[in-house]
Amino acid sequence: MADIIKKATRESYGEALKELAEEYKELVVLDADLAAATKTGIFKKAYPDRFFDCGIAEANMMGVAAGLATTGKIPFASTFAMFAAGRAFEIVRNSIGYPHLNVKIGATHAGISVGEDGATHQCNEDIALMRTIPGMTIINPCDDVEAKAAVKAALDFNGPVYMRFGRLAVPVINDAASYKFELGKGVVMKDGKDVTIVATGLMVNEALEAAKALEADGISARVVNIHTIKPLDKELICKCAKETGLIVTAEEHSIIGGLGSAVAEAVTECCPVPVVKIGVNDEFGHSGPAVELLKEFGLSADNIAKTVKEAIKNK
Amino acid sequence: MDSATKKNLQKIACKVRMGVIEGTYNAKSGHPGGSLSISDTLTYLYFNKMNVDPKNPDDPDRDRLVLSKGHTAPALYSVLAQKGYFPEDELKSLRHIGALLQGHPCIHIPGVDMSSGSLGQGISAAAGMALAGKIDNKSYKVYTILGDGEIEEGQVWEAAMFSAHYGLSNLVAIVDNNGLQIDGPITEVCSPEPITDKFAAFGWHVITMDAHDFDSIDKAFEAAEKVTDKPVAIIQKSTKGKGVSFMENQVGWHGTAPNKEQYDQAMSELSAQLKELED
Repeated sequence: MADIIKKATRESYGEALKELAEEYKELVVLDADLAAATKTGIFKKAYPDRFFDCGIAEANMMGVAAGLATTGKIPFASTFAMFAAGRAFEIVRNSIGYPHLNVKIGATHAGISVGEDGATHQCNEDIALMRTIPGMTIINPCDDVEAKAAVKAALDFNGPVYMRFGRLAVPVINDAASYKFELGKGVVMKDGKDVTIVATGLMVNEALEAAKALEADGISARVVNIHTIKPLDKELICKCAKETGLIVTAEEHSIIGGLGSAVAEAVTECCPVPVVKIGVNDEFGHSGPAVELLKEFGLSADNIAKTVKEAIKNK
Repeated sequence: MDSATKKNLQKIACKVRMGVIEGTYNAKSGHPGGSLSISDTLTYLYFNKMNVDPKNPDDPDRDRLVLSKGHTAPALYSVLAQKGYFPEDELKSLRHIGALLQGHPCIHIPGVDMSSGSLGQGISAAAGMALAGKIDNKSYKVYTILGDGEIEEGQVWEAAMFSAHYGLSNLVAIVDNNGLQIDGPITEVCSPEPITDKFAAFGWHVITMDAHDFDSIDKAFEAAEKVTDKPVAIIQKSTKGKGVSFMENQVGWHGTAPNKEQYDQAMSELSAQLKELED
């Protein structure tokens, strides 16, 4: 295999906005004084007339996005996940979700991999929050290729979309030339029969690494990438539950309310099999280098492999 | 404003008030006090100012109104019914299960430009609409009505800062200064005063008007038209419960519906006012 290319999905977000702006004339971008970090600065540089900084005022930014959307604009409201889903939750619910407006929320710096900034900025709750809003679509891409495709898919979809991007550079695992993004459809990245590892975001790569290690130990693990957390591909999840009889979920998010919860909710209804959740447990993060934090909080291939082995023992 | 126009607006406003009473009475809930304080302003806007057409409610070039103080939806619905967006009879099922008219404004109701009611949010949406107008060089205006208690919400001032920064001169925010909020007089609860100074300090052009005098209302909105470089705040001195004697200036009528006896009295007072105007 050639050298692994790494790239942060926030970077993909900024680039995709710029690349798509020519084709999508109604696309406008809002930010809340974080353009350099969310990478919307890439768009701003190319299309200054279509970029509006709202200052450090996320509540108003979401409302402005809603107002723009009523006129046919397609606003991308961008800030850190903590402020997009956390601080502005009620505005997203009432001004965007309830009227079902065509607003795209680009939430960067999601999860524990924010790193050194520590717990106040490590949003492990955004998927849980956004899942509760009726009609909200949630996309959590796993790499650069998928992130760019997700931005385009969000543009082609009429309705509110929450997109989750990371700060940390992560391996590019999809092939840009052949990749096709289908909103709401999970992707079987690797087949297997003993267990299904359902992963999202940067945990997809960890799941693939874990599956390789498990193979060496004689365990056949299927890996499913769930980029669209809502609406969830229940059909695929239930098929995996039936065929492998065991599911381990992996996400860079709280184990409460995120992918693991969504999968467990689906499985209990269609084919009750054990669902073991890997994610940030019911605790806050803390400062440290992202890569070390991911290991510490068990968001690693090693921990996935270990968890799968234990779960198979109890199967 | 000529006297015939004025009299016509007064008559419509009276009917709008009757719709407010009809709606809240039938709903057995709702907010009559603040609905009555904005009835004249809404009547003026929809019948004498705004470029809107009930036959084409989604016209991209129309003027827009966001009722940021969304709890006073009965007044908005009543004026929209008078304008012909939907039958007046709909007011009788306000807040009922399966009804068109929700407790707070909903964008899917004909003529309603934005869902609102969680206070402080409507002004941001209005700013977004105004920004879109600026981006596309459209000539439409965006109006938003806020409560004087509502401006205690921090988001209002985020929106105020934003609107001035982007020179949204196509945005007019009306603050319904009736002086009362749920817990009591605004100056006693957690005072937002001085309101005019605050908007001026945030870079807005500020105008004051008497919310129950159509000459004053007309003068204020005419003056607002002439402002070309900044958003306009119209602080309207109003009377909560205006038009119904026992509701006027009574904080208790913020969110209480009239019972049968009170309904009859309110309707008879408003009918008398209408009759006087028609004579």
